[in-house]
Amino acid sequence: MSGLIDAAARAWIGRSQPPVTVEVSRRDIQKYAVATEQRQARYLNGDEAPPMFLFGLLRPVAPLDQLGPDGIAQDSFLPELPLKRIMAGGTKLTYHRPIRPGDILVATRTLADIQEKQGGTGPLIFLTYQLRVETQDGELVVEETATRIVR
Amino acid sequence: MNRISAVKVGATLPERAYTATNVSLFLYNAAIWNGHRIHYDARYTTEVEKHPEIVIDGPLQGDWLSQCVLDWLGEDGDLVSFEYANRRAAYLGETLTATGSVTAVDAAAGTVTIELGIRNEAGQIIAPGAATVRFR
Repeated sequence: MSGLIDAAARAWIGRSQPPVTVEVSRRDIQKYAVATEQRQARYLNGDEAPPMFLFGLLRPVAPLDQLGPDGIAQDSFLPELPLKRIMAGGTKLTYHRPIRPGDILVATRTLADIQEKQGGTGPLIFLTYQLRVETQDGELVVEETATRIVR
Repeated sequence: MNRISAVKVGATLPERAYTATNVSLFLYNAAIWNGHRIHYDARYTTEVEKHPEIVIDGPLQGDWLSQCVLDWLGEDGDLVSFEYANRRAAYLGETLTATGSVTAVDAAAGTVTIELGIRNEAGQIIAPGAATVRFR
């Protein structure tokens, strides 16, 4: 280890963002289903959300003046690191029950781990995030483990 | 109707080709509330972020992989887990094909594991993935 992750960064491991509550609407499912070219009636009718619908559902709805010149809102749930270029890594989702119109979901994202690795072109820092999505009654809906790579 | 007893390791799932358009990408990014200009503003995309063309969203390719599984499975089972990673960019004008093949069958558990991939026109797998489904 060359020590890219200092104690202040390491202290972030285990931190969670405040839970986000979102309400699922049939129309939002229908729009998503059309735009992604779904073929199944249950998705096109909005009776059930396609599995990747969750990705859009949890994106922040930020005021326009908080968007950068690239058109995206800063999502900076990460510690100060000596490397700056952030890339999306892989994602793994575990599904416990379908998402349907009217669901009110509570999502909590936790920074689960920070690891330094040696890449082919230099050092890399891997940030592992865990997302837990439940109903308001605490029924588990989806879990996700996602990786961001910083280089 | 799929029965797990008829599913064999090595079997391929039906492929589907997707050719995103300016309109489909705009609507997708509106639906997921993503304002990133590389998905609809050609001049910004080439001049500022130096891509050769409008970029096809990575998570959209992930969705197409999930469709490969669910259109094969239909209502005969449930998606248990799904994973993918975007390894290489794809651009407006490219046709991308969602592919899958069965890598494991656990008849006792009722589960089938599938390897997935988005293949570009050059034959490269630009977004590999995997899924596990459970038959009812």
